[in-house]
Amino acid sequence: MKTVVAVLTVVAAIVGLWYIACVPMNIKGVLDAAERAGEQVEPATARERREASALGLVAQNSFAIDRVWSVDRPRLPAPHQVVVELWQTTVMKKITSKRSLIYHAQVTLSATLLGFAIGTGLGILLAVGIVHSRVMDMSVMPWAIVSQTIPIIALAPMIIVVLYSIGVQGLLPKAIIAAYLSFFPVVVGMVKGLRSPDHMQLDLMKTYFASGNQVFWKLRLPSSMPYLFTSLKIGIAASLVGAIVGELPTGAVAGLGARLLAGSYYGQTVQIWSALFAAAILAALLVALLGLIERVLLGRMGVKA
Amino acid sequence: MELVFLAFLVWCAGWWINARLANGPRADTRAVGLLVPVIFGLTILLVWELLVRGLDVPLVILPAPTLIAVRFADSLSILWQDFAQTILKGALGGYVIGCSAAFVTAILVDRSDFLRRGLLPVGNFVAALPIVGTAPILVMWFGFDWHSKAAVVVVMVFFPMLVNTVAGLREASEMQRDLMHTYAASYWQSLLKLRLPAALPFVFNGLKISTTLALVGAIVAEFFGSPTVGMGFRISTSVGQLALDMVWAEIVVAALAGSLFYGLIAALEKALTFWHPSQRGA
Repeated sequence: MKTVVAVLTVVAAIVGLWYIACVPMNIKGVLDAAERAGEQVEPATARERREASALGLVAQNSFAIDRVWSVDRPRLPAPHQVVVELWQTTVMKKITSKRSLIYHAQVTLSATLLGFAIGTGLGILLAVGIVHSRVMDMSVMPWAIVSQTIPIIALAPMIIVVLYSIGVQGLLPKAIIAAYLSFFPVVVGMVKGLRSPDHMQLDLMKTYFASGNQVFWKLRLPSSMPYLFTSLKIGIAASLVGAIVGELPTGAVAGLGARLLAGSYYGQTVQIWSALFAAAILAALLVALLGLIERVLLGRMGVKA
Repeated sequence: MELVFLAFLVWCAGWWINARLANGPRADTRAVGLLVPVIFGLTILLVWELLVRGLDVPLVILPAPTLIAVRFADSLSILWQDFAQTILKGALGGYVIGCSAAFVTAILVDRSDFLRRGLLPVGNFVAALPIVGTAPILVMWFGFDWHSKAAVVVVMVFFPMLVNTVAGLREASEMQRDLMHTYAASYWQSLLKLRLPAALPFVFNGLKISTTLALVGAIVAEFFGSPTVGMGFRISTSVGQLALDMVWAEIVVAALAGSLFYGLIAALEKALTFWHPSQRGA
C-alpha cells in the first residue's frame, strides 16, 4: 500500500514536471502564432524572440501561458494531448485503418513475436548443446558473451537490404533482427540456468542411477526455469527494439517504427509521442505477460517466486 | 566447387582440433581456454572466405572477410572520423553525463525511503521500455550533431544506472550500519567509507550494462538524422549504395569499440572491487 502511494506520487511528479516543461519549450511557437493573429507580443519580432531566453519570454508574455498546452505542432506536447491522440488512434479508429495505432502495433508485434520465438528456440537449443558438449562450451560460449558487449543492432539496416535483394521482404527480415537480438541473452541465461543444480543434487541423481536424459528433464530443465524467464523478459524487450529499428532503414509504411519515422519527417510531434507510448505500453504488456506465465508455471512447479 | 569442399574440410579440422584440446588433459589451463575460441573464430572466418569464393556470392549479399579487411585498411581515416563522431563524442559524452547524473540522483533518492519506494518500480519499468524511440524527438530538439546523440544516450543509460545504484546503496547490512553508528560516523562518513564501497559491484553492473546501451543509442539515433559523418550515418548510406564491405568495416569498428569499452569498465571493476567474492574466486 505504501509502495502504491509512493509510486503514484512519483508518477504524478513526473507528469507535473512534464506540464511545467511544456511552458518554456513551446512558448516561442505560441508567441509566433499570436503575432500572426495580430496580438501584442513582447518583443515584437520573431528574430528578437529567437535570441531571447525562453524563461524571459514566459515572464514577459504571461497571457500566453495557458496556450502552450494546446499547440498544434508543439515541440513538447502536453501529456493530455498525447493521451487524446492515443485514444483517437486506438479506440476511435477502425483496426484496419492505416491511421490506427493498433494496426501499426500489430504489425510490429507480429514481427516481434515471430522473431522472439525463433531467437528463443535457437537460443535454448544452443544452450542445451553448450551444457552437454565441452567443445561447444569452450568454442562458442566466449563469443556469445562477447556478443553481449557489441551493438549488434548496427547490423539491422544491412539485413533488411540484403534480404530484400534476394527477394525476401515483409515480416521475415524484421523478425530475423528481433530474433538475433533475443538470441544471445537467452543463450547466456539458459546456460547459467542449466548449470544451476549443485553437486549435491547431481550426485543424488547419480545415486538414483538416472540416465543423462533423465538428469536433463527432471533436474536441469526445471531448475533452469527462473533463469530462463529472467532472460526471456530481457529478450522480448530487445526483440521489440529490434522490430522497431528494423522498420527504420527501408522506410516501411506500417509499424510503430514507421510511425516514428513518418512523424519525425513531417514534424508531427504528437504522432511521435503517441507511437512512443504505444511501443512502451506494448513492451510493458509483453513483459507483464511473461511475468504472469512465469508466476503460474513456477507456482505449479513448486518454485517459490 | 573445390573451395566449398575445402571449407568443409577446414570446418572438420577446426572442430577436431578443438575437440582434442577441450577433452584433452590440459583443458582447464588458461592458454587452452583462450586458444579454443580463437581457433573457432578463425575457422569460421576461413569457412566464410572459402564459401563466399567457392559459391561466388555477390558482394551485395556477403563480402568475403579479406575484402572487408582491405576496405578497413583503405578507409582508416574515414573510420576514425566516424569513430570519433559517434563513439568519442556521442556515446562517451552521453555515457559520462547520464551515468553521473544517475549516480547523484541515486544518492539523493537514497536519503528518502518514500522516494526510493516510488522511484524503484518506475525506474525498473522505464529500464525495460524501448527508449531508443525517443531518438527522433531528441534529434528534433538538439539538432543533427552529436549533442542529440549524447542526449539519447543519457536517456537510455539513466534508468538502468539509477536502479542499480539505488539497489547497491541498500547492500550494506544492518549490522555494518549499526557499527558505523556506534563509531558516531556522520552520514557522509558512513556513505563514503561503508555504503559506497559496498555498492560498487552494483554500480559497476549498471556501468557495464550501460556501455552497450550507449553504443546502441548513439548509432541508432544517427538513423534519424546526422551530419555527414558518424557510424550510423555511414552504415545507412553505405547500405543504400550497396557498399556492404564498408558496412562490415563499420560493424568491425563497432564490435571492437564495444568490447574495448566493456573491457575497460570490467578492468576498472576488477581493480576497485578486488575484495568482493565474485572477483576473488578467479
